[in-house]
Amino acid sequence: MAELTYRAAMAAGIAQEMDRDPSVVLVGEDVGAAGGVFKLTEGLFERFGSRRVVDTPISEQAIVGAAMGAAMTGLRPVAELMFSDFFAVTWDMVVNQIAKTRYMTNGQVSLPLVLTTANGAGLRFGAQHSQSVENWAMAIPGLKIVAPSTPADAFGLMAAAIRDPDPVIYTAHKALFATKGEVPDGEHLDTLGTARIVRAGTDATIVALAAMVPRALEAANRLQDSDGISAEVIDLRSLVPLDTRTILASVEKTARLFTVEENPRLCGWGAEIASIVADEGFYSLDAPIVRITTPHVPLAAAANLEDLAIPSVERIVETVRRRLDEAR
Amino acid sequence: MSTTQAQPTGPADAAASGAPSDEVRLELYRVMVECRLFEKRAQELFFEGLVRGTTHLGTGQEAVAAGFGVAMRGDDHTFCTYRGHNHTLARGVPMAPVYAELFGRDTGLMGGKGGSMHLTSVEHGAMGSYAIVGAHLPIAVGAAWSAQYRESGQVAVCFFGDGTTNIGAFHEALNMAAVWKAPVVFVCENNQYMEYTPIRSVTAVDRPAADRASAYGLEPIVVDGNDADAVYAVAVAALKRARSGEGPSLIEALTYRHGGHSRADPAKYRPEEEVKSWLARDPIPLYRARLTESGVDTAALDAIDEAAAAKVTEAEMAAKAAPEPDPAGLETQMWADGGSAWRN
Repeated sequence: MAELTYRAAMAAGIAQEMDRDPSVVLVGEDVGAAGGVFKLTEGLFERFGSRRVVDTPISEQAIVGAAMGAAMTGLRPVAELMFSDFFAVTWDMVVNQIAKTRYMTNGQVSLPLVLTTANGAGLRFGAQHSQSVENWAMAIPGLKIVAPSTPADAFGLMAAAIRDPDPVIYTAHKALFATKGEVPDGEHLDTLGTARIVRAGTDATIVALAAMVPRALEAANRLQDSDGISAEVIDLRSLVPLDTRTILASVEKTARLFTVEENPRLCGWGAEIASIVADEGFYSLDAPIVRITTPHVPLAAAANLEDLAIPSVERIVETVRRRLDEAR
Repeated sequence: MSTTQAQPTGPADAAASGAPSDEVRLELYRVMVECRLFEKRAQELFFEGLVRGTTHLGTGQEAVAAGFGVAMRGDDHTFCTYRGHNHTLARGVPMAPVYAELFGRDTGLMGGKGGSMHLTSVEHGAMGSYAIVGAHLPIAVGAAWSAQYRESGQVAVCFFGDGTTNIGAFHEALNMAAVWKAPVVFVCENNQYMEYTPIRSVTAVDRPAADRASAYGLEPIVVDGNDADAVYAVAVAALKRARSGEGPSLIEALTYRHGGHSRADPAKYRPEEEVKSWLARDPIPLYRARLTESGVDTAALDAIDEAAAAKVTEAEMAAKAAPEPDPAGLETQMWADGGSAWRN
C-alpha cells in the first residue's frame, strides 16, 4: 500500500489505464505541460507525450465535442473540464449529444469517454467556481456519474470509468485534492454503481457523497461519543448507477435515513433516494427521512458564508440528534 | 489570401483541375436524382400523414451531398445536420430503412428512435445527423483527431448551413481543427437563409463561411454548390489535403433551398425573382444538360431516372409494410450492455 494524495491518485488511475490501453488519451485546458491547474494530471505529459496528453484552447464545447467524436471512432478519451461549473457552457454536448446518441442511434454508436471535473465548494471561489453540479448530470438519461471521497476511490473509480463502455462524469472534489490515503499496490480497478458502508451502525443511516463523506463520518463518531447514537455511514460513490440495494438494506436495519448533500436543496440526489426509500422501504422507517443540504441559494465567497451554506459536521450532528430525540 | 480561390469554381476550373471521368459523372447524376426523388416522395408522404414530426428537405442542394459523397473514401466519416437525408443517402445508405425511420417503423435505420433529424448509419460512415445547430462541428473534429491518432487516413466531412457560422461551436471547432491540423473538411452549404431570415441580414460579412476562414489561417474557398462537377473537384482537393496531413479546409458552397426551412414553412419571405433565378439553376437539369452536351447517351440518363424512381417506390413499399417498433425496445440501447438500468 502506498500513501497518495487524492489528486495524485487520480493521475495514477489515468496513468494505469494509459499504460494498458493505447486508445486512452487525455485532453483539456492546461492538462499537458502544466499538469492541470489543480495538478490533477501532473506527470502524465512527461510520461505519455503530447500525442496522448493534449492541451486545448479555452473551448469547452470543442473539448467535449472532440472527446465525443474520438470516442465514437475508436478512442477512449478522458476530457478534463477545469471547473464543473463550466459544464454550463458545453451542456449541449453533454446532454443532447453525448447522453442521447447511443439511444437515438439504437446502439450503433458507443461512447466510451470520461469527463473529469473539479467540483464543489471549500476554496472560497464564489458562486461560479464552487458548485456541486453532479445532480445536473443525474437528471439526464444516458450519463453515469461517480464522485470519489478517498484517494483509493479516486484511483479505482477513475480506472473503472475509463474502462466503462459508456460516458462517465467523474466529479473530483476540490476540497479533497490534498487529502491523503492508502492506495492498493498493483492494478487497482473499482466497480461503478457500488456504494460502500464506511461505518457500521444501528440507529440511523447517513448517506453522503464526496466531501460530505468525511464530515458524515466525523459526525457519526461524535454522535457515538456524546449521545451513544450508532450511525451507519454510506459513501454513495456513484449516482448513476445508483446502489439502492445497499441503502435499502441499511434502512431496514436502522429505520432512519439522513442524506448529506452539498448540492442546493431542490432536486438534489437525496430527493431521489428519499423517494425510493419512501416507496420501497417505507415500512422499515420509524421516522421521516431527513435531507441535510445546502440551502437553495448560490454559494457566497466569504469564508463564513460558504461554511454556513455547506452542511457542516455540527449541522449533521445537531440534525441527527434532534430528529432522533423527537422520535423518542 | 488568393482572390482567385474566393471566386466560385465554375465548370472551366473544374475541367482545368481534371474533369471527372464519365463513370464518376454518371454516379454524381445518379446520387442527385435518387436524393431528389426520395425527398419528393417523402414530402408527399408527409402530407399524407405517414411521415410524422418534421422534415427538413435539401431539395435544390443535392449537388453538394453528391459531390462529396462520390469523392469520399468508403471509410471516411460524414457528419451532417437535421437537413441530412441527402448526405446520408449519398454514402450508400439504402432508402428503405431511411423511409422506415421517417415513418417510425421497426425496420428504421435506428429502429424508430431517431427520426428524420438524426439519421445515422455507422456501417456506411454516416456518423449522424445533428439537430442542434453547430454541435457536430466539434464532434467531427474529434473524429478527425481520432483518425490522425490512429493513422487511419480517414477524413471527417462535416456539412452545415450558413446559419451555423454564427454559433460559438463553429468558431471553437474551426480553431481547434486548425491548431491540430485535423483531417476534417467543413462544408458550409450557404442556401442564403438561416431558417427564415436572409443570412446577409444577420451576418457581419458577405460570405458567412469564406470570410471567416482567414481567422483560422485557412484559405477562403467558395464553390458553386449547384454544380456537381465543381463540388466534386473541391471535394477531391480538400480530401487530398486532409489525408496528406495538411489539415482542415473550409468550403462555402453557394446553393438554394427550393422549399422552406421545414415542412411547416411555405417560405413566403423569399422574393419571387430570387426563387425563379435559383430554380432556373436547379442542379439536376443543369447537370443532365451538361452530360448530354458532352456526349453522354440520354438513354443512359433515362435509365438512371427510371431505376431511381423504381428504387424509391420499392423502398416506400418495404417501409410501409414494416411494423411499428416493438414496445419492448423503449428501454433498450441506452447503455452499451443494451439496457437502460440506472439502479440495482
